Amino acid sequence: MKKPLYGLTALFDTPDALMQAVDETVKAGYTRYDVHAPYPLHGLARAMRLKPSPLGYFALVFGLLGAVSAVGLMTWITLVDYPLVIGGKPFWSWPAFVPVAFEITVLLASVLTVVSMIVIYFKFPNISHPLHDTPFMKRVSSDGFGICIEAADPLFEEARVRGMLTSLGGKDVGPVYFDVEDLNHGQKVFDLKFVGLLAGVGLLVSIITYLGLNVMLYMKPFNWMMEQEKLKPQAASALFSNGIGMRPPVEGTVARGFLPYPYKGRPEDAGRYLVNPLPVTKPVLDLGREKYLTFCSPCHGNFGRGDSRLAGQFPNPPTLHSDKVRDWPDGSIYHVMTDGQNVMPSYAAQVSRDERWAIVHYIRVLQRAHHAKESDLQ
Amino acid sequence: MSTDTQTLPYTSKTLSPQVDRIGLILLGIGVVLVIAAYIFEPVRASFDASILYLFMVSLAVGAIFLIALEYITGAVWSVPIRRVTEFLAGLSPFLILLVIPLFLNLHDVFHWTHEEAVSADPVLQAKTPYLNVSFLFIRTAVFLGIWILFSMLFIRNSTSQDVTREASLTRKNVRLAAIFLPLFAISITFTAVDWGMSLDPHWFSTIYGVYYFSGTVLAAVSAVTLIVVLLHEGGFLPGLRRDHFYSLGALMFAFVNFWAYIAFSQFMLIWYANLPEETFWFMARWENGWQFVSVLLIIAKFGVPYFALLSQESKMNTKRLKIMAVWLLVAHLLDLYWLVMPTHSTGATLSWVELGFPVVGVGMILLLLSWKSKRYNLVPIGDPKLQRGMDFHL
Repeated sequence: MKKPLYGLTALFDTPDALMQAVDETVKAGYTRYDVHAPYPLHGLARAMRLKPSPLGYFALVFGLLGAVSAVGLMTWITLVDYPLVIGGKPFWSWPAFVPVAFEITVLLASVLTVVSMIVIYFKFPNISHPLHDTPFMKRVSSDGFGICIEAADPLFEEARVRGMLTSLGGKDVGPVYFDVEDLNHGQKVFDLKFVGLLAGVGLLVSIITYLGLNVMLYMKPFNWMMEQEKLKPQAASALFSNGIGMRPPVEGTVARGFLPYPYKGRPEDAGRYLVNPLPVTKPVLDLGREKYLTFCSPCHGNFGRGDSRLAGQFPNPPTLHSDKVRDWPDGSIYHVMTDGQNVMPSYAAQVSRDERWAIVHYIRVLQRAHHAKESDLQ
Repeated sequence: MSTDTQTLPYTSKTLSPQVDRIGLILLGIGVVLVIAAYIFEPVRASFDASILYLFMVSLAVGAIFLIALEYITGAVWSVPIRRVTEFLAGLSPFLILLVIPLFLNLHDVFHWTHEEAVSADPVLQAKTPYLNVSFLFIRTAVFLGIWILFSMLFIRNSTSQDVTREASLTRKNVRLAAIFLPLFAISITFTAVDWGMSLDPHWFSTIYGVYYFSGTVLAAVSAVTLIVVLLHEGGFLPGLRRDHFYSLGALMFAFVNFWAYIAFSQFMLIWYANLPEETFWFMARWENGWQFVSVLLIIAKFGVPYFALLSQESKMNTKRLKIMAVWLLVAHLLDLYWLVMPTHSTGATLSWVELGFPVVGVGMILLLLSWKSKRYNLVPIGDPKLQRGMDFHL
């Protein structure tokens, strides 16, 4: 079977010669022809009398789509879905949107314009063309400037076209035939082999992704420090019959540093037998001052006058400068802190033993400051 | 490519004597206005003088940059119009005239020259190793020296090639370009810092030099385009095609976008970080009427030229190019006004004082073009790349 003719091709050395050939082709009245060059030639469209390409409008529409959807998405996120104060700025901070909107605009405009070019002008899914894999295509994609006049043109006569192209200085003027196999084959995109290959690649990528994300990611590179073989507070434990991980002390035992207070409910005994174990030194007084200001001053006031900032909203405690308190032994003050008195609760849980004794020293300092002797002023 | 040059049918033409006359008249009017400005409002006049200096540096040094760019990239399209760029670069020695009044009035313009203010200000004290008058003088002198030296060398090699037709002169200029370009980057950055950024000595922006560079190249390309189109219309430049104009238009369009990109980058980083020591500079330009100037600047230097130069056809349309070149030159002047003037007046006002300075600039350029056109050919007829430049295809 004779191969059907697709068209006649000719090659030129310079863009100018090609331009001239195009001009003559148009003048001769041919309409079904195409031009090939290794790089875009400005002015070619004019020589071919082509109307301006509508692809620019595709770019405009897709670009606007990108801009609108980017700004819309960010607006929805920042105003509706998850309003979050960032750097003290208004929720709708448009300057921050500009780079993102710009990127999305450029991305959609370029990618979708190319896709529509392939679909509309290259007639995707058609992926074969008679010029593919011809010596002509090899030349025009490296250093040649070529023209191809199609046999489908109503004015096409092989001898006449050949004569015209040769007279214009065209080299390698020759025919290009359709590939019969190609013609009879139909769409190659839906070939079982091709579809199978796509599916195989898809499956392989999915498996690798699954292994990568769900298996490799959870392999332990070393024993994580946060996962140690010990029980954390409040955690359950199967080791104990009641399932509770935290254990109370064994009955009758005393934890280190947690001696039970012996004078619970017996303030007189506390005053009589307890002695302040701490010396009066600067570090001790500093500690006492710090703890006093933290735990005592909210009610008793910064100077123990019972004039705290809570005044009026809470029962006012009496002043610590009364004769009664000044005449108390250290043990009695310690007892009030440890056991509580009237509305004052015990502070044993918040303030340690030593700290309580330090506070006692500091209260003595405050009392002395309020009732300073003549000798103190010298 | 053969190095023997084809002789073009070129007959040297001089510009009409009207250019001389208009140039002289403009320069005269401008000088009178400038002197009046210095007498009645010396402080504002000093600020206007720095705007003019920055503007003329843009044209002159931007033109040297374009020459160097042509040589270092081996571009051929710009060869037929290179002489115009060289004429513009010939402005460099006259920058000395423009910088002298600045040095006479430093105290009026630069807060950091006030010793009592610096001594009470630890920030300015820390900057004194850089911001002091003698170092400023040295820097300015060195930069002017570099610009004048390279512009003269480029022009001398190029014009002597008209006679000798030696290709070796092109290679010499390529080497010069390789040396000049890094020096250009440094000198233009520090010029921007010295005469623009240090007006607000507390403020700092590392992109400021690039910002000025983007405007500089835009102004130089616009000025070259304007002069080329005018000469083309008068029949002085033979053989220019749509491809040449398209290239000029594309460069203008590219630098319109580059300027907008840099300007927005500077704004966005400062807006995002929101540090008071940086934002006050933009706040000063968003209050008391300056916000209108800011918006106008965005429209004038980006919005309008972007759409006017977007389509392919518009870049080949000489009439459109001519209008946009003038437009962009005015926009660059507005840009410099926006950079400099808020330091002087917290409110956006336009005074008669501003009038004389651009007039002086235009007069200087016209006189220079006329004078240069009498001495030199308007086309580099000895350049080995000239024929290829004439045949240039996109």
